[in-house]
Amino acid sequence: MSILKSISWIIWIFSSLALAAYLLFELAWSEDKSSFLIGEATHGHHQIELACSTCHTSPFGGGEVIQDACVNCHAQELSIAEDSHPKAKFTDPRNADRLAVLDATQCVTCHLEHQNEQTRAMGGTLADDFCWHCHQDIASERPSHEGMGFETCASAGCHNYHDNKALYENFLVKHAGEADLFMPAMRPLRDAVTEYLTDNPQTKALTVADIQPVEAPAEVFEHWQASSHATVGVECRDCHQANNSDWQKKPAIQVCQNCHEQEWQGFSQSHHGMRLSDKLSQSLSPMTPAQGRLVFQSDSLEKEMTCSTCHGPHELDLQKAASESCLSCHADDHSLAFEQSPHGQLWQQELAGEIAQGEGVSCATCHMPVVEQGGKHAVSHNVNDNLRPNEKMLRSVCMNCHGLAFSIDALADQELIKNNFLHAPSLHIKSIDMAVERVK
Amino acid sequence: MKNTLKMTLAASSIAILSACGGDKDAGISPQQFTDALHLVMDSDRAVYTKKVVGRLTKEEKVIKASEHFMDDKALPLPAQMFRFGAETVAEKTDKFSYSLQSLWPINSQNAPVTAVEKEGLQFIVDNPGKNFYKEETLGGKTYFTAIYPDVAVAPVCASCHNDHKDSPKTDFKVGDVMGGVVIRVPLS
Repeated sequence: MSILKSISWIIWIFSSLALAAYLLFELAWSEDKSSFLIGEATHGHHQIELACSTCHTSPFGGGEVIQDACVNCHAQELSIAEDSHPKAKFTDPRNADRLAVLDATQCVTCHLEHQNEQTRAMGGTLADDFCWHCHQDIASERPSHEGMGFETCASAGCHNYHDNKALYENFLVKHAGEADLFMPAMRPLRDAVTEYLTDNPQTKALTVADIQPVEAPAEVFEHWQASSHATVGVECRDCHQANNSDWQKKPAIQVCQNCHEQEWQGFSQSHHGMRLSDKLSQSLSPMTPAQGRLVFQSDSLEKEMTCSTCHGPHELDLQKAASESCLSCHADDHSLAFEQSPHGQLWQQELAGEIAQGEGVSCATCHMPVVEQGGKHAVSHNVNDNLRPNEKMLRSVCMNCHGLAFSIDALADQELIKNNFLHAPSLHIKSIDMAVERVK
Repeated sequence: MKNTLKMTLAASSIAILSACGGDKDAGISPQQFTDALHLVMDSDRAVYTKKVVGRLTKEEKVIKASEHFMDDKALPLPAQMFRFGAETVAEKTDKFSYSLQSLWPINSQNAPVTAVEKEGLQFIVDNPGKNFYKEETLGGKTYFTAIYPDVAVAPVCASCHNDHKDSPKTDFKVGDVMGGVVIRVPLS
């Protein structure tokens, strides 16, 4: 009995030591720290969950360490959203009693990570009645809100905690009574080459005869010659021997970034490119559909997401990148319904030259909208930005072609999103009606 | 406790101290500190109201001022300019905080909340030209709270408030106390 007991002790001690040694090795030296994951990460962070110290920047310190990490990646987004609940509002001592109810100065109060079983839309981990705790007397100021349940506050087309740029009262009133579909309905167009040539008038377009000879298949030269790179004077060595490097058969993504910084910033903030973000504590391999949580085409699972995955390295076909590239991977209901949808049909007609450029609607039209700032146009490469929440699409996307009321109703209709807006919205959100009634 | 505050304020507020002509060695009182802060805030705000908003919107008529200045590509309203400054300060320090409040706010969030705010805003309306000072405890901390009358310095102040659909008072005129600037300094 005592021998058995001794053996048990020895096994227990060695097992404990072995486990401790394994965990110590993984913590201190191994790149794979998955043993330390305390729970599944949210859909917005699971791509980078193994770059632990991106968020856990220090083993010491308290909540401020995590808060700083949140702000490091999301501050700009909140600034652009004109955050309705900025931290500065809550550090005011006059809101001390409200802070005691909800510590709105910390992101993790509402967005806990690794709590998958209690994570809700937008990565929120609070119970859905969080608005009520501070705004329970709203009906005294807005009689129209009498009797409304807490679950109606943040339903599409009413309120968001952070971004209300398309939902504030004067905006709703200004756009009341708009037609469902504008005529003509056109998406904003971008002509980056013309903008570049205007800013750089000394630029000379190149032909094959102008460049130093390199060995490559003839089609590579054909693609390059027809591309905007040739038009703006970018030739083989500018990418394949960037910064006087040796010849790189597949130039690193940083080579694209050299000239396309704005696109890189968007891409590296998106689910597509966040594994490559320079804000991560360690470099990760590019994202693949196999690592994603959506439904993808089975033959695309191992595709690595870099610039050339969608654009192709030489032909730079923007039409292909606007839909065909997306659908070569994405196979969820919304994506599969695209080609038969009214938007998809228009896109086919535009590709066939049957309607004018700008009248079609591709995947990129909605998920990578053209944004204008200071007279310059750029394509947003953060494909997730205007989906959190989807009312962010109202101003930059929907309202180019549709009235606000129609757009709000459409974005609130989950079935319609699933079938890719196959028909008119089947429900109606009353936010515009209520705003109009109040200003009468 | 107050001595500690005085030393902190003395160390961090040399410029203000000099402007006040205070005794550097003795430090400055919370009231001197808030008075000096208010002087800067009030002057900057009056300059923005008259020399930027008033001049460009009423005299030169080259641009509008709008509550939704981003959408309208317009100038921020003076009260918004003031609030943005307060929010920027709040992001950088907890040594003091300030806000613009009123018994007749367009935005109900700018109505007085604490007992001292309610008392002080009423006091500055009832006693033109006087400021209000009091200590209060909020969230377990003691604060020196100063409330200064905010007067309609230009016709546009009164007309904008009077015409706004959410304004509880519609008969403001130039020279009226429309609200108050509330400045708080933690004492503990």
